[in-house]
Order: sequence, then C-alpha cells, then structure tokens
Amino acid sequence: MHIVVCVKQVPDTKVIKVNPKTNTLDRSSAPAILNPYDAHAVEEAVRLKEQHGGKVTVLSMGPPQAVKAIKKCVEIGADEGVLISDRAFAGADTLATSYALTKAIEKIQKKEPISLVLCGKHAIDGDTGQVGPGIARRMEIPPITNVIKIENVDNKESKVEIRRKIENGYEIIQSQTPCLLTVEKEINEVAYSPMPNMIKAARYEPTVWTVADLDDVDKQQLGMKGSPTIVGKMWPPAKSEGAKLIEGDAKSQVKELVSAVLEKRELFAQKGGK
Amino acid sequence: MPEKFDVIVVGAGPGGAACANVCAKNGLKVLMVERGEYPGSKNVMGGILYRKQTEEIVPEFWKEAPIERPVVEQRFWMLEKESMVSMGYKGKEWAQEPYNNFTVLRAQFDQWFAQKAVEEGVLLINETVVTECIQEDGKVVGIRTDRPDGDIYADVVVLADGVNSLLAKSLGMRKPMQNEDVALCAMEVLNMPKGKINDRFGLEGNEGCSVEIFGDATKGELGTAFLYTNKDSINIGVGTTLSGMIRSKIKPYELLEYVKNHPMIRPYIHDGESAEYLAHLIPEGGYNAIPKLVGNGVLVIGDAAQLVNAIHREGSNMAMASGKMAAEAIVKAKQNKDFSEVGLDSYRTSIYDSFIGQDLKKYKDLTHTFENNPQYLNEYIPLMNRAASQFFTIDGTPKWDKQAKIMKSMTAGRGKFGVVKDIYQAWKVMK
Ligand SMILES: Cc1cc2nc3c(=O)[nH]c(=O)nc-3n(C[C@@H](O)[C@H](O)[C@H](O)COP(=O)(O)OP(=O)(O)OC[C@H]3O[C@@H](n4cnc5c(N)ncnc54)[C@H](O)[C@@H]3O)c2cc1C
Ligand SMILES: Cc1cc2nc3c(=O)[nH]c(=O)nc-3n(C[C@H](O)[C@H](O)[C@H](O)COP(=O)(O)OP(=O)(O)OC[C@H]3O[C@@H](n4cnc5c(N)ncnc54)[C@H](O)[C@@H]3O)c2cc1C
Repeated sequence: MHIVVCVKQVPDTKVIKVNPKTNTLDRSSAPAILNPYDAHAVEEAVRLKEQHGGKVTVLSMGPPQAVKAIKKCVEIGADEGVLISDRAFAGADTLATSYALTKAIEKIQKKEPISLVLCGKHAIDGDTGQVGPGIARRMEIPPITNVIKIENVDNKESKVEIRRKIENGYEIIQSQTPCLLTVEKEINEVAYSPMPNMIKAARYEPTVWTVADLDDVDKQQLGMKGSPTIVGKMWPPAKSEGAKLIEGDAKSQVKELVSAVLEKRELFAQKGGK
Repeated sequence: MPEKFDVIVVGAGPGGAACANVCAKNGLKVLMVERGEYPGSKNVMGGILYRKQTEEIVPEFWKEAPIERPVVEQRFWMLEKESMVSMGYKGKEWAQEPYNNFTVLRAQFDQWFAQKAVEEGVLLINETVVTECIQEDGKVVGIRTDRPDGDIYADVVVLADGVNSLLAKSLGMRKPMQNEDVALCAMEVLNMPKGKINDRFGLEGNEGCSVEIFGDATKGELGTAFLYTNKDSINIGVGTTLSGMIRSKIKPYELLEYVKNHPMIRPYIHDGESAEYLAHLIPEGGYNAIPKLVGNGVLVIGDAAQLVNAIHREGSNMAMASGKMAAEAIVKAKQNKDFSEVGLDSYRTSIYDSFIGQDLKKYKDLTHTFENNPQYLNEYIPLMNRAASQFFTIDGTPKWDKQAKIMKSMTAGRGKFGVVKDIYQAWKVMK
C-alpha cells in the first residue's frame, strides 16, 4: 500500500517569542522543527508499511529549508519526500494550502495509486486543523479526524477500521480506502531511528517541485491570491498576576490561606451590599 | 553488512569539523557523528575565533561565517578589590581584511563550520551518541552508537569528542584528569543594544573588543575572567582550576556573580539582560598532559587531546589545526594502505613540530608554577595596583622619592631575594 503523509515545518512554539509591539510570532527566535503531530503520522505510516508492505511518501509545502523536515521523516523511515516550494505558494491560508497540497498529491497518485493520506491533528503554529479535511474534500475522499488507532487494514476489500477520539470516549468506524486520516499523538511513540535510516536521511535529497511541475493548476487559487482568510488581530493571552506562594508547615499554610480568603471581602459581599 | 567508511569523526566541534572537511576535500568517504541536536548546540567558548587556523580550512571565511565582531582592541586588566592596572592595544588595521581575530557565538559558528564540511561531502549525523570504539585484534575498526543497528565501520576513527573524551579514556589512551590540569569555567551571555556596547567600550560600527582579566576576578586562585563584545550581547566568564575551586570552596556561579559585581567590571555590563548561562571544562594541563595521540586505527585531536594554551586562551584554533594534521596523516595512511599506529604516526610528529607542540612546551611548567606560588596572583597584582596608585597620585612628593617608596613596598612582603627569585621563575616559565 502507498501512503502519503503531509508534513509541515513549524517554528518550535515551546521557545518562540512574540513581538510585543505587533503581536506576531518572531519566527527567527525559534528553530524550525517537524510539526510533532506529523512525526507521529509518519511513524504510523512506516509501521503500516512494515506490516503490509508498500511505500511511504511524505509531502510538504514550504520554503527551501523545509527539506530538513523531510529528511527528518526519512530518519523515521519514509521512503521518499517531495517538497513543493515556490514564491507563488507564499502567504497561503488553509484553503490555498490544501489546494496546493492536493495538486501535488494528484501528481504523486498518477505515478503510484494511494491507499491512505495521513496528516497531523493540527500544526502547532497555525493550529487550525483545517488542512487535512480540506485536502480530503478536494480529493473527494472521506476525512477521519482525531485518529488514535488504525486497525484491520484490508487491502483486498479496500477497507480500514479506525479508532478515533471523541468527547468522552472513542468511536470505531470503518471506511473505504483511500481516505484521509488526521492523527493524535497517542497513536504511537516515535521510535528512536536506527542508524541505517540516519545515514540514508543524511544522504537523501528530496524532490522539489515548483508550480510549473504541477498539472492543471489554477494560479488564482494559490498563495496570497487564493487566501480569503484575514487575520484581524492577535494578542497573547493575559497573564494572571498576584499569585502568592504560601510556605511553612501544613497547619500554618491552611491558617494563612483561610485568613487570606476571609480578607477578600468581595468574595462574600452580597449583591448590592458592602 | 553495515556500511564502511574511510573515516569516522566523533564530535562536530571545531576540531572534528575541520578534520572531516580536509578528509572529504581529499576524496575520503567521511561520517561525522555528533550527540547534540546540531553542531554547537552543546558547545561553550568565550568566543575568540582565530583567523589563521580557520582560514586554512575555509579561505576568507569571514565573508560568510556567522561572526559577531572583528576584534580591534585587546585589553588586559590586573584587578585589585577597588582598582585596576590596565594595558592593551587597539589597531584600526584589525578592523579590515584579513582581520586578526573575531568574537563568535559557538552555537551559530559550529553549525556553519560543520555545514562547510557537509558541503565537501561529509555525512553528518546529529543526535547520536558514540558509546564505544569497536576493536578487533587490537585495532579500532569502527564505532558503536546508541541507536538500533548502530555499529558502523571505518579504516580510521578520529576522536574529537572534547575535553572529557570518554572514548580516549576507555581505549586507555588518556589518564584521568588531575584537578589542577582542568579549569571549570562559568559564563553568561548578556543581551545589550549595540549602541550601548559601542559607547561603553569606545567602539565604532561593528568593531569588537576583548578584555582578559587577572587578579581579584578569581579571588587569588589561578585563572582568568573575560569580557567579549558580540553584535548585541556581551560574553562574560570566569574560570579557575578545579583544584583552586576546591581549595577556596567557591562555586563557579558564585565566582561569576562576584566578577559581575566587581566595581571595575560592573559599569560595563550592568543592565545587560541575561540570555544564556553556560558552564564547561577547559583542559589546562598543557604539554605534560598531552595523551597518547595515535593508536591502531585511531587518532585523538583538539580538547580530547588536551591541546589548549590556557595562557592565551587558544583552544578552537588548536582543535582545527590538529584536525587538519590528523586528516593529512589519514590521507597519507590511505595511500600506503597502512592504518596502524605506525602508519598514522605522522600525525604525532606534526603536532609536536607545529606551533601546538612548541607553544605548549614553552608554557609547560606554568600552571604548576602558579599553583605552587600563589604570591604571583595574591601579592604582585595588588602591588602593581598600589604602585600605580602611588605613582599617579599628585601629592607633592618628587617622582624619585615615589619610585624608591614603591620599590620598598614591592619587596616588603617577601624580601628582595624572594622577589628576585619569583621574577626569575615567572620569566622562566613565560619566556
Ligand atoms: C493566527 C494565524 C495567523 C495566520 N496568518 C496568516 C497570514 O497572515 N496570511 C495567510 O495567508 N495565512 C495566514 N494563516 C494561515 C496559514 O498560515 C496556515 O497556518 C497554513 O495554511 C496551514 O494551516 P495550519 O497551520 O492551521 O495547519 P493545520 O490545518 O493545523 O495542519 C494540519 C495538518 O495539515 C498538514 N499541513 C498543514 N500545513 C502543511 C504544509 N504547509 N505542508 C504539508 N502539510 C501541511 C499537516 O499534516 C498538519 O499536521 C494564519 C493562520 C493562523 C491560525
Ligand atoms: C568558557 C570557555 C571559554 C573559551 N574561550 C575560548 C576562546 O575564546 N578561544 C578559543 O579558541 N578557545 C576557547 N575555549 C576553548 C575551546 O572552546 C575548545 O578548545 C574547543 O571548543 C575545542 O574544540 P573540539 O572540537 O576539540 O571540542 P568541542 O568543541 O568540545 O567539541 C566536541 C564535540 O563532540 C561532541 N561529543 C562529545 N562526546 C560525544 C560522543 N560520545 N558522541 C558524539 N558526539 C560527542 C560534543 O557534543 C561536541 O560537539 C574556551 C573554552 C571555554 C570552556
């Protein structure tokens, strides 16, 4: 089975700084990493390949440096990687991103039919979780989100059984293939890559496609032009202030806490009272 | 069958990257393994990069390397509690090509420097720890890593794994380090706007300044402190020998706080915003501590081989130069198809014949002389300060009388004979 995994290179939001004046992310302040959810998606694809045979192709849209994210996927065990990179893609929102990725998947599919498309649950920078379902809609295949387990892959009948996370439990569903799955982190542990993969990745040169390499592309739907989203305003969440650490043994801590609470008159004052 | 390389380099610091680069340039198939997330991610250095040895690996590197500032002024401060004697040199010729030396931030420089090796064809693998050398019939034939299927083979393994070099130790090429042969350094990067740095240090544009600090900075123990200017940050650090730290019961970060609050230093760095705090060892055993450099199928370079000139704070340059010499020896060994200790021995002779061997030999007794004669630091630097203070204070005393008085106070503590002996001894180890 041929599995395509969409992966995004993102700034490491654990260390990223926010420009206090413009409230935009200062991308230069954080190293670029493979979106963590996407690493789990690649790991899952590699495991499926090991069980059922086949091939894993990763696909990313981004600047030329994003080849690093693809190499990381080869470390995890992906067979091939394609980067679509062109100024025409720049400034894409989720609508334009899913369009460009779909066009690339169509081209990959022409060479080798695809049984599954995997995406991360969401990207840690953009955080919308829209790109996966967007691709599925355009490809006219079922989107299945929040996947925590892929079971009973039946290649003959083109069927797959999926366990997905829902509000207060999980749901087991069956789908035809090809379909598109977006995965949660619980789906697996990303294994420590073996040395031969590391060497292969160090040597690997991903295929890079520009717009000209894709077929039947409507340029109006790409990049900034194809992006109706407007980000109105951004601001960091307000920091809570005035927290106090109460120290001492349990008894004196409780005593101090109780008297502190009692002093907060607004907690007790009746409506209209003092 | 696992893949075989001509050369495996362990560690992608300045030494390893230089060695890998030169090997690859000569057509060898090279693998470089680094445990950090990327080269430089774990590396610490005050920050002076020397032009000569860097240029021999990457010509005109300053045109593209991530350097902070070219150094146009070198200052030396001899500190007392509330005074200092300062010396230095500033030259505009150092502000132009080909420059003299540079300040760098290692996290950025190492990454770039290793990338240059990759461009020559080196395969770089990060986030991988080499756990041991694989030996067969008394020969090193490869490395074992912490990854699954982690064994890899090569004709020669180069150990560029830094000051602790567990690998050289486990091969028995190195003895455990003595406390007086290793310095523990703490340093901090303080962010500061460029304009403020330039005002405080009297610099223009992108000119840089380096300050080496002796005396009260290390509370009388053998060691030094430094202040280096980056583009928009300052590196401040201090280190003393481990034995000194144990003797004075002082912790490295306490010493750094002391230095930062010293009245002679504080005005330069106050209100700098702490960006990073780092601590690292420096091998300072010098000539007498150089380990066995060559074995069957294995070479030791850079800090792993203790190749550091502590007095001049030269380490990265010796690491690069030793890396290059190792590469040249490997190329020769490849031609002769002899990777035995004998076949690789030209590396050992090159080291001892080069500036590395010569310089380390010149200063070989220095650490021990200072360790055993604390008066150099405890008495003479304060004396110099008192002498300067007396000489420059205008109080109506004729200069002749002042000199006599200074001479008298100089010899008061140890007597004339003691002082002459000290000066002779100091001259002998530094000459
Ligand atoms: C706060 C904010 C500000 C924004 N600012 C702008 C702006 O100024 N201008 C503008 O045009 N757009 C803007 N965008 C939209 C745009 O940058 C999206 O972030 C981007 O199109 C992908 O969406 P996402 O990051 O939410 O991915 P998600 O939909 O969360 O990603 C889900 C999965 O889709 C896949 N995926 C996502 N992106 C890629 C990719 N590039 N390559 C391969 N696979 C991928 C991965 O598998 C990923 O795990 C903004 C979005 C947000 C939330
Ligand atoms: C505070 C301080 C200030 C200094 N100032 C200066 C200065 O101003 N100028 C100067 O020239 N020198 C200076 N030095 C010395 C200089 O930093 C070193 O001499 C130089 O870094 C040595 O280079 P190296 O390549 O031999 O080792 P390192 O730079 O230490 O590199 C060793 C590399 O090996 C990796 N490694 C280690 N073990 C393993 C393993 N088992 N598997 C895989 N990888 C491994 C490490 O992660 C590291 O990247 C200073 C040192 C310190 C501590």
